[in-house]
Amino acid sequence: MQPLDFLKESPSQTAGPYVHIGCVPTFAGVEGVYPEDLGKTMITGDAKGEKITLKGRVIDGSGTPLRDAMIEIWQADANGLFNSPVERRGTADPAFTGWGRQGADGDTGVYTFETVKPGRVPFPDGRLQAPHITMWIVARGINIGLMTRCYFEDEAEANAEDPILARVEHKVRIPTLMAKRDGDTYTFDIYLQGDNETIFFDV
Amino acid sequence: MHNNPPETGAFYPRDLDWHPPAYTPGYKTSVLRSPQKAKISFDPSLGEISGPTFGHNMLGELDNDLVLNYAQPGESAIGERIIVHGRVQDERGRGVAGTLVEFWQANAGGRYRHKKDTYLAPLDPNFGGCGRAITDADGYYSFRTIKPGPYPWPNGVNDWRPSHIHFSIFGTGFAQRLITQMYFEGDPHIAICPIVNTIRDQAAIGQLIAPLDMNNSIPMDSRAYKFDITLRGRRSTMFENRKEGN
Repeated sequence: MQPLDFLKESPSQTAGPYVHIGCVPTFAGVEGVYPEDLGKTMITGDAKGEKITLKGRVIDGSGTPLRDAMIEIWQADANGLFNSPVERRGTADPAFTGWGRQGADGDTGVYTFETVKPGRVPFPDGRLQAPHITMWIVARGINIGLMTRCYFEDEAEANAEDPILARVEHKVRIPTLMAKRDGDTYTFDIYLQGDNETIFFDV
Repeated sequence: MHNNPPETGAFYPRDLDWHPPAYTPGYKTSVLRSPQKAKISFDPSLGEISGPTFGHNMLGELDNDLVLNYAQPGESAIGERIIVHGRVQDERGRGVAGTLVEFWQANAGGRYRHKKDTYLAPLDPNFGGCGRAITDADGYYSFRTIKPGPYPWPNGVNDWRPSHIHFSIFGTGFAQRLITQMYFEGDPHIAICPIVNTIRDQAAIGQLIAPLDMNNSIPMDSRAYKFDITLRGRRSTMFENRKEGN
């Protein structure tokens, strides 16, 4: 028999306590190496859609916010298009990158993104997903980056049709994926453990 | 970059037994930071298959030279001068072109330029500790730096990290996103490091150990270490009927 000669993915290792030096160096106080931290600015012009602030904390099993976490987000634009060569359905808003990266605040642990509310994107089977933002969390003590999704609590109708939320067996956990609205700000806290542990995805 | 259209297939499933599990009590910080409930699995959708891209024009001239990118004019970082180079490929062995690779590390004494690092080894005024590169059309990257020192860390009473460089790699889709660490051939700390040993498979650990590469060492200047990185492979879309479009 022929060998099935695929390579193995490089194994993950924790991002460690100093991931901010590598990924958001200016935020970490290592100034002058890059002009600006990558992913700091998502809205680069007159972006279409509703401008929102997304903020929250990553909270450990003792209830303590992580102050060394780094959070990345990836999302569609207001029309549901991704600013990526893989996007073949149309051209995304050139004034919106769709990708952001922020460090948790060194004192409070709060992360903050200035972004736009995403449009709906079809699932591979054609059903529309609810508006959502894909999030990736790394930190000391996290051995492999955690992927979750931030949905919006004020999108009840779309959320009820979402194919990924429909897949969640324990409906009692769905609120862990819902950002709460206050004006133009959505708050999305991520719980690593406990009764309110956020749903994480293996995608 | 090659002129082929971008691939749009979904990724191969991740082998979660090859990666470290979330809960690894030998690495104490993981105890309160490890999710305990089962992850929910699904075949990647467009939001995971796609990802951000970064152009070569974003890079500064010294972004891949940690010896100089924080140094005062005419000065350079202290330590063993090394070149780290290799190829970013996927599980099919194809080079991943045009992808961003970021790296960060301690200085030659084992100290990070971070206000929370209080190790008594001194900061090097000419060393910042971060850099980045974008792979070429065949997936290759390279950078110059100094070899980071090992350092003690509060876990066990006397735990030391092996010399290591942190790597962040993007790939072409967000579900390929990976952060890992590179170790150096022959370092006796590798075998006894609680973070290395969160990985259960010795062959997987071996994938993170860069060999000394004398072929690419520069005489009377710098030694080289070769470090290849493998990201998840993509399925062909040839036989897939995706209503969202291929």
